[in-house]
Amino acid sequence: MEMSNHYDAIVIGGGPAGLTAGIYLSRARVRTLILNEGAVGGQMVLTHEIANYPGVESINGYQLANVMKKQAKTFGCDIQSNISIQTLNLEGEIKQVTLTSGKTYTANAVILTPGGRSRTLGVPGEAQFKGRGISYCATCDGDFFTDKEIIVVGGGNSALEEAVSLTKYASKITIVHQFDHFQAFEHAVEEAKANPKIGFIMESKVTAFYGNEKLDAVDITNLKTGRVERFNTDGVFIFIGYVPNTDFLKGKIELNQWGEMVVNADMETNVKGVFGAGDSIAKKYRQVTTAVGEATVAALAASNYIHQLKTEKNKLVIEAN
Amino acid sequence: MLYTNLNHIETAGQHAKVINENENVMVCCGRMGPMCIPVYGIMEDLEDEYSHVKFFDMEFDNPEAHVIRNLPEVRGFMGIPFTIYYKNGKVVKATSSIQTRDQVTSILNQEFGQPVNA
Ligand SMILES: Cc1cc2nc3c(=O)[nH]c(=O)nc-3n(C[C@H](O)[C@H](O)[C@H](O)COP(=O)(O)OP(=O)(O)OC[C@H]3O[C@@H](n4cnc5c(N)ncnc54)[C@H](O)[C@@H]3O)c2cc1C
Repeated sequence: MEMSNHYDAIVIGGGPAGLTAGIYLSRARVRTLILNEGAVGGQMVLTHEIANYPGVESINGYQLANVMKKQAKTFGCDIQSNISIQTLNLEGEIKQVTLTSGKTYTANAVILTPGGRSRTLGVPGEAQFKGRGISYCATCDGDFFTDKEIIVVGGGNSALEEAVSLTKYASKITIVHQFDHFQAFEHAVEEAKANPKIGFIMESKVTAFYGNEKLDAVDITNLKTGRVERFNTDGVFIFIGYVPNTDFLKGKIELNQWGEMVVNADMETNVKGVFGAGDSIAKKYRQVTTAVGEATVAALAASNYIHQLKTEKNKLVIEAN
Repeated sequence: MLYTNLNHIETAGQHAKVINENENVMVCCGRMGPMCIPVYGIMEDLEDEYSHVKFFDMEFDNPEAHVIRNLPEVRGFMGIPFTIYYKNGKVVKATSSIQTRDQVTSILNQEFGQPVNA
């Protein structure tokens, strides 16, 4: 193994948590590599305006991500984005990551910050009509549906708030929700119910998408009766929550029933030398500030772990001589 | 304004010049939103590796972007970004909405060839 492929620490995920870990570790002269699957910045770059990051009055998520990236690089952190991990071995003192490009990297410690993503329905036709009638972003695509009749899927705050915002464009909106009640805050429910453009189909799921060049119709299945009805529509917006990006960690570290990483107060997972931070850990509040705070703890704990590991090794070498 | 690190196309004239003077061109036409930013990021990453392709972005709400919005190839598109691949000035492929790195590289490899050092 070439020495240049060995790092003191590897951070998996380059959102605010991963970048913060990179900043702290590199500044402490811990040789660090960040491996990130998507665009550097994670979900933060998807945010038009971050108005609640202390010390910065208001900033676009993309710009904040670029500043964090620059900070990490300035301290000597290596960053690789748009990579894909093929195999990951977290056992033992030397952890190993192999990318689909064939490159392999090793490290003494790993910090896992893979964050989360929007949940998809996973039903037939969803991939085919993405961008051709199916959307996951009201502010991005709302204007394509001016004077059109559309469906919003979901029953949380995002679904109801985005449905109300889409009434600026659409002539009619039908909210399809799987339960007989909404999970959203009462004020969001009331606002949606009071809007004359919004109708509701409860205890039902969208189970298939149909069309040719673009989406024309969906199947809606009533979960109580099992009856399936074809429903003509020009578009479907899907807001059914977030899932942690932890599929690749199954069987490698402890995850809870929702797939979230279980960590202690020092952000350690159940595997020695492996730490977790950010949106993908088991917690209640998911914000840039919380991700950054947890990553700070993870980086300091990892730094300490690496230092101890090296000190013990040196002691053994001295004793052997 | 698109504040990416890509080269920007601002006018229809510049668009015509870019696609006619370069053999292989990829243009991502979008906004600074969650579906578009990941595609710009992928393009920024690929710029060095795919030196035989020119990468540009164009703002979707720029009136001059009619050169992309009105292409026959984007009929039925209802999600930004509209990403267009041109070979010798002709559209060879167009995609709607967010794409993964694998989806982008597979189109680049198929339409323009793999990078020489791949
Ligand atoms: C639309 C929207 C608006 C928001 N607005 C705000 C706001 O105003 N204020 C606020 O504080 N918070 C806001 N948030 C929440 C905030 O963005 C998140 O809490 C924060 O980004 C979490 O950071 P993270 O680093 O844990 O994860 P993420 O930001 O999700 O980053 C994780 C990174 O890891 C990468 N990754 C995933 N899997 C792998 C893998 N297997 N290998 C390598 N890399 C991988 C991902 O591609 C991503 O780049 C918003 C979120 C969204 C979606």
